[in-house]
Amino acid sequence: MSVVESVLFALAFLGSLFFFLRRVFRLFAIMLLGKAEPRFDHLPDRLKSLLLFGFGQKRVIEEPFGVNHFFLFWGFILLQLMVNSEFIIAGIFPKFSLRFLGDILYPIITFTGDVTSLVVLLVVIIAAFRRLFFKPPHVERTLEAFFILILVGLLMIANFGLHIASIVPGQGREEYVPISQILAIPFAGRGTELSWQIAHRVFWWLHAVVLLVFLVYIPYSKHLHILTALVNCFFRRFAFVRALPPMTFKQGERFGVSRVTQFTWKDLLDFFSCTECGRCADACPATSTGKVLNPKEVILAGKANLLRNGSAILAAREGDTIAGTDNRTLVSLPLIANTHETSVSPQAIWDCTTCGACVEKCPVFIEQFPKLLAMRRHLVMESADFPPELITFFQNIEQRSNPYGIAPVDRARWAADLDVPLISEQPNAEYLFYIGCVASFTSRMKSVMTAIIEALRKASISYAILGKEEQCCGDPLRRLGNEYVFDKLARGNVALFKKYGVKKMLTLCPHCYSTFKHDYKDFGARFEVIHHTELLSALLKAGKLQPANGLQHERIVFHDSCYLGRYNDVYEEPRAIIRQATGSSPLEMEKRRRESFCCGAGGGRMWMEESTGTRINADRTRQALRQDPTVIATCCPYCLTMFEDGIKDEKTEGKVRVLDVSEILGGSFTQKTD
Amino acid sequence: MHIVVCAKMVPDTTQVSIDPVTNTLVREGVPFITNPFDDHAIEEALRIKDAYGARVTVLSMGPAPAETVLRKAIALGADAGLLLSDRAFGGSDTLATSKVLSVAIAKLSDQERVDLIVCGKQTIDGDTAQVGPGIATRLGYAQVTLVDKVLDVDLDTRRITVRAKFDNRHQVVEARLPAVITVVREINTPRYPTVPRRLYAEEVQIQVWTNEMLKLDPNTIGLKGSPTWVKRIFAPEREKGEIVMGLGKEKEKAVRLIMQKLADWKVLGP
Ligand code: SF4
Ligand code: SF4
Repeated sequence: MSVVESVLFALAFLGSLFFFLRRVFRLFAIMLLGKAEPRFDHLPDRLKSLLLFGFGQKRVIEEPFGVNHFFLFWGFILLQLMVNSEFIIAGIFPKFSLRFLGDILYPIITFTGDVTSLVVLLVVIIAAFRRLFFKPPHVERTLEAFFILILVGLLMIANFGLHIASIVPGQGREEYVPISQILAIPFAGRGTELSWQIAHRVFWWLHAVVLLVFLVYIPYSKHLHILTALVNCFFRRFAFVRALPPMTFKQGERFGVSRVTQFTWKDLLDFFSCTECGRCADACPATSTGKVLNPKEVILAGKANLLRNGSAILAAREGDTIAGTDNRTLVSLPLIANTHETSVSPQAIWDCTTCGACVEKCPVFIEQFPKLLAMRRHLVMESADFPPELITFFQNIEQRSNPYGIAPVDRARWAADLDVPLISEQPNAEYLFYIGCVASFTSRMKSVMTAIIEALRKASISYAILGKEEQCCGDPLRRLGNEYVFDKLARGNVALFKKYGVKKMLTLCPHCYSTFKHDYKDFGARFEVIHHTELLSALLKAGKLQPANGLQHERIVFHDSCYLGRYNDVYEEPRAIIRQATGSSPLEMEKRRRESFCCGAGGGRMWMEESTGTRINADRTRQALRQDPTVIATCCPYCLTMFEDGIKDEKTEGKVRVLDVSEILGGSFTQKTD
Repeated sequence: MHIVVCAKMVPDTTQVSIDPVTNTLVREGVPFITNPFDDHAIEEALRIKDAYGARVTVLSMGPAPAETVLRKAIALGADAGLLLSDRAFGGSDTLATSKVLSVAIAKLSDQERVDLIVCGKQTIDGDTAQVGPGIATRLGYAQVTLVDKVLDVDLDTRRITVRAKFDNRHQVVEARLPAVITVVREINTPRYPTVPRRLYAEEVQIQVWTNEMLKLDPNTIGLKGSPTWVKRIFAPEREKGEIVMGLGKEKEKAVRLIMQKLADWKVLGP
């Protein structure tokens, strides 16, 4: 290698490094435009998740094709350490070699490098084939994707070429590169020494150029995730993300996100970490029923918006400091708008059911839907710009503490003939049984209530209800971004619970359950919350309840409610009840447990029109019907409603019944003949 | 342009129940709300403000808690609220009320000329629909009632064009300003307040005028100045209806039953 070549390479390398680092620092500065968010707790756990999910690629390999990425990831790391580091240093200082590492380590390194190159080459070819011929719906055939595959492939080819060019003429000591040696066999004895020398230089420079192009290209492309994904796994959230933190309602504050820099730095890091794998979109019930919302597009739009606005903000700063300035005036590109690619459309924001499937699926722990919630907050609280049907809904809850707008005095009508104790009369009851709005006001839920109350009575559980003092838990308000009204409601409710000294709360609805159990903690709630399926299954287990007979012939398929399952990890209890009642485990749908598919009613969607795409509940109902059930079992009044609507549309009404697990337990439905 | 909206705090009558024994209204625990028609009046004033530019003052007569009506209106975008509150005003019927309101509006107009008064068509507690026209008559303003659309406001010629709704026709009316319009519910859908406005409205100072300011003869207002007296409130008697159930196979049976009943009542021929 000539001095001229070394100097040329050194210059090219330094130039590339400069552009690489400049971009990386700029991205870092842009990320710091976000607002503060504490993510520095649990450091040992964070390290563990870096190892497990970052280096271990645990979530990546959950999907069948993820293994390919696992090999690519580790191949990439090994090649950096074993081949490219030596290549670059030797490119500048030709005398350099890793041989000084000794006769054991050096052979291992060269051997590994050689084999890894083959693995990576194969992985790249497989990936290209998959994209070309076996493309799953969520993977896109972008130019960028092929560009990077070609780049990596070229790098491997150049590497082998280099080896071959020194093996064939018998130069150099290429002892520990078995793959290269095999590849060299067909060339043995061919070409002059000079031609191999020229080939060697050509491959060397090919390798050098591709390597440097790659270096600069990374932070400008979707492959930025090579730098950010590991960091994002480190800073991940440990509990499932259920809601945004509460707010302070003071004049002069901001209420929600309308500009990208109002997100937290972690949100911005999320934008930079997306691998564009599309798994979130694949799991999203809104995307798969043809709605505008696509969680991947939301993240990509956030990233594009951030890059454009962030660069403008930084450019307008005096000097290249990282100190904050008032960015408000500098943000030119709107975050919420109907322009594609750099903004999120209001329709997409309202399409979300907050089912959490996206978050659960993302291999690098991006939190997609909470960003939509932050934007909902802005739309509702700062611009009062939301689908018209929500006006009455918001007013009903605010004025009558229920979504239906029915007078609060009528709240306990369902209980009129059931002899249900009121907490005002029995303040020492063990459980406050919180009924919730759907069960309080819809006639279909009466038989669910009857079944539960009968079970409570049989098991001699002491409980009482709030009666007309009960108010909405506020779940839909919070998910819809109306934090202001939610805040008031929650404080009022907590005061009421304190007044009665509530220690244990039994809920019917998983939305009430999750909201009281987690969201209310920030409002001073300190009581145990238990879902009816948890209590009923415990009572069965303790022998305090006997399931009804004669259900063995039923084919019961169970649907996991998002707010009980993903939000709270309750998967076994409802299944246990069904098992006890029928003697066998429920039928399972393909999408179940952690991967369950929303019924379509979460996130306030229960109270909204579903006018774009096909209906989510219809899709889910068809998924359930594929198991050829006689009963679809649910444990949530929302799900129950959605499935009942679904089977009406599927014309299977009468043949398939939709039941709450408590009804199955009570067996009351078998006696009914309508 | 200065718009005055008259709004009243009323009990939420949909939540008022009838005591089965005494047959009187049970008002206990019933929340108070802004008269729903007035919600539409406030909204229409705000729409005119958005379209033509205006200052909107919301005016209410009532006890101190009635100021929540004004704060709500301010949260929606009204510029100011004025509460007329005095024991002497208590018990006013429509005649006395329109007197107090018109004197207050005249006084307001001295400070800043009032161009338009918007009222709800009626209140849900009194249901008389007399106060709006009463104000217009006393002030000598033009009046258009039952407006379901404001078509144009021309500030140069000082004219307003509106559409009034009747049972089976519409009437387009042009009126000179200052004018009083009373609006029906169909005129608009009220907006939803933003949080910054709500927080502002929670803290803003609400002006209160007592009779010391208006200097009305106590004998012409309040209970004493009201020729209308409520004698008794009761629920009209109604024969209990009957629901004929019938789903699925029962359908035919139910239809036959209804036919039979209609025949018995001689609604249907034999
Ligand atoms: S929460 Fe559910 S509906 Fe919302 S974006 Fe994620 S997957 Fe889609
Ligand atoms: S957000 Fe996560 S799951 Fe969705 S495309 Fe990006 S990396 Fe994949």
